[in-house]
Amino acid sequence: MSNTLTIDGNTIPFTDGQTIMQAATATGVYIPHLCHHPEFTPHGSCKLCTVKVNGRICSACTFPAMAGQNVLSNTQELTADRKKITQMLFVEGNHFCPSCEKTGNCQLQAVAYHLNMLDDHYPLFYPQRAVDASHHEVLIDHNRCIFCTLCVRASQQTDGKNVFAISGRGINKHLIVNADSGLLKDTDLAASDRAAHICPTGAILIKHTAYQVPIGQRLYDHQQIDQVSLAQEQTPHGE
Amino acid sequence: MQAFIQSLVASHQHQPTHLLAILRAIQAQAHYIPEAAIKQVATLLNIPRSHIMGVIEFYSFLHLTPQGQYEILISDSITDQMLGKNELMAYLSEQLHVAVGAVRSDGLVSLNNTSCTGLCDQGPAGLVNGYALSRLSRARIDQIAALVEQQTPVNEWPCELFQVEDNIIQTDLLMTTPIESGAALKASYARGWSETLAEIDRAGLRGRGGAGFKTASKWQYCKDEAGPERYVVCNADEGEPGTFKDRVLLNTYAQQVFEGMTVCAAIIGATHGFLYLRGEYLFLYDKLQQILDERRQAGLLGNNILNSGLQFDIEICLGAGAYICGEESALIESLEGKMGIPRNRPPYPVSQGYLQKPTVVNNVETFLAAAHIAVHGGDAFAQIGTAQSKGTKILSISGDCARPGIYELPFGTTIHAVLAACGAEDVLGVQIGGPSGTFIANTEFDRRLAFEDLATGGSFIIFNHSRQLLDIAQNFTHFFALESCGFCTPCRVGTSLLKKQLDKIVDGHGSAGDVAELEALCQIVKNHSHCGLGQTAANPILSTLERYPELYQSRLKAISYEPGFDLDAALATARRLANRNDAAAHLAQVEDSL
Repeated sequence: MSNTLTIDGNTIPFTDGQTIMQAATATGVYIPHLCHHPEFTPHGSCKLCTVKVNGRICSACTFPAMAGQNVLSNTQELTADRKKITQMLFVEGNHFCPSCEKTGNCQLQAVAYHLNMLDDHYPLFYPQRAVDASHHEVLIDHNRCIFCTLCVRASQQTDGKNVFAISGRGINKHLIVNADSGLLKDTDLAASDRAAHICPTGAILIKHTAYQVPIGQRLYDHQQIDQVSLAQEQTPHGE
Repeated sequence: MQAFIQSLVASHQHQPTHLLAILRAIQAQAHYIPEAAIKQVATLLNIPRSHIMGVIEFYSFLHLTPQGQYEILISDSITDQMLGKNELMAYLSEQLHVAVGAVRSDGLVSLNNTSCTGLCDQGPAGLVNGYALSRLSRARIDQIAALVEQQTPVNEWPCELFQVEDNIIQTDLLMTTPIESGAALKASYARGWSETLAEIDRAGLRGRGGAGFKTASKWQYCKDEAGPERYVVCNADEGEPGTFKDRVLLNTYAQQVFEGMTVCAAIIGATHGFLYLRGEYLFLYDKLQQILDERRQAGLLGNNILNSGLQFDIEICLGAGAYICGEESALIESLEGKMGIPRNRPPYPVSQGYLQKPTVVNNVETFLAAAHIAVHGGDAFAQIGTAQSKGTKILSISGDCARPGIYELPFGTTIHAVLAACGAEDVLGVQIGGPSGTFIANTEFDRRLAFEDLATGGSFIIFNHSRQLLDIAQNFTHFFALESCGFCTPCRVGTSLLKKQLDKIVDGHGSAGDVAELEALCQIVKNHSHCGLGQTAANPILSTLERYPELYQSRLKAISYEPGFDLDAALATARRLANRNDAAAHLAQVEDSL
């Protein structure tokens, strides 16, 4: 039996062991995502990559590709739902794009533009969250954390460390670091670590680099996230 | 403390999988997990401190800050509220001179709410240092307050405070004549293990947790997995508000439950099993350990069961206050000493469960039924029930009725018949299957208990006409927001948004469009959440909105738009700062005054 499935009516190939996301990315089909990154074990938590597989809702980043699957992704209904999920991420934290140094390079912002999100829709939570500026090279602004765990996974899987973790339950979930003091400066994080560069939002930033690239010349200023994402992720592990 | 932790961790063989048990013990000793303990446990178990922090902050019975020497928690289930919990809580707070959610300044006592403790037939209920308190009343609260002030150790408190009754009212196939210890094992051994699996298949037994997956198929899949190591897990984390049948089954029918687990182990080839007991049932722990010991001595557990060379033993693991751990993959994570976060599926537990090994997870009642089938065969079982739901269902009945308690009824029984049996009158509706189930109105009582009609894990809460439907929906919606594990966006944020949106309407701040908005939000949470918790969290709203839309509409204001916050309340700080409280310092919605 041939290893093919269809996404939005187009037949695409896949290899055994691939997820729907991997198969889609490899053939140049973009499925919106934030917690997924091809270098790391899939997590399946942001739910932006929600697709319908044979009528059933699944996360494309974790669900295995199987022969004959009929996958719907770029539908009006799913795009509307993804927009709502993105709005949820915006209201639960404190995301003020105009004053954020990540603006233009931020995946959360770029996904929101891609989904044509024009407002927050839901009431803002205005949570009280701290900034950890203790580390001399890396800053954590908890206001912008979306709990995607990319930093957790990058630290464990690429850096061979264990700097970050997610703690707490439900809406009180929060990012913590592995130090008795609870401060980033007391961890073994180095600014060159993969974990310091993986944050899809402005929650983990490298200090002293903020406006080296001016607004207007940034990653998503002239390209949509689908093009950027496919260009970066179609050949994972490639240098 | 240091020596205590040293020997505690040693008694758990330095196993990181035992982290939850270790932290429970430290919490019981110190009434919180001190910073020094976190460091020491991290070193002794050789795990990152962030892992320990994560676990402490995930489970509601573990704390990073000191709780009272008497940690008092009161069950906030709707059934407790119907029995006068709110008024009693206020009285308790007054008598103990401590606010709800606070620790008294002398550190003697702390008071808070907790999710349903499973004593819905004998509430209002609570917990003191983890042990269940039943039938709270003003008199009992006076007694408790005096015991606290006199600093009487909890194990010297009068035992009637902790008296938990079975309240078994009606029995049938499984509960009328329990099988003798060892009978199911002997019968299965004589018949053959594969033949016994065939009997369970013939019986048509389906999982009793509510989802109704065929038990024989689950066991067969697990048996067919490659590799030598397999596990059997009994899910006794019955956190669904209104459910308490597992409490009764483990109190009175534990032999038969353990026997069902042992039959399963022999069939699938497991040597190790777990009973995951919800933390609220701590009072059953010693008794269950004793029963396991008796079974070991009787040759029904251990290295040579029935002298047949069969090996199997059961370990009891206690939860620590997290409803989500009733979800099987979250339960497995918890057994491994982690936060109870549901896994991505596939792979399913039958192929990659505990420690990534094939694992069968079944409900207490399922194992009870399996033991029965092992003795009496599948045909007797399959004769009872409906086409797709064989056998009986054990219901936990609470709420407005004359005889709350445990009822074992054949599948196919109508709701009318159930209500007649327990003496319920003037019924407005019934919540079937707990908050995650369905609310049915009194026009639907000819519906039946069955997987093909009203599936239930056993929770059956009755409401009479004196109850306010929106209060019920509000209690359930708050419950889900509190218990969401927070893993996925739609549930983490969505359950909090549902709570805000429903509160807005119920509190009279809703306006045109707010009900439609509520419904749209329900669909997002239901369709996109990662696990059963989120997928059912909107049910209380959806099932009442479908039946009583006018009730929601009646709470709306006649203005076109009302902001999500109270404009006037938002000015309270400014008024306090300006030391003003005159009319001009207050703001009202413009259209309000019309």
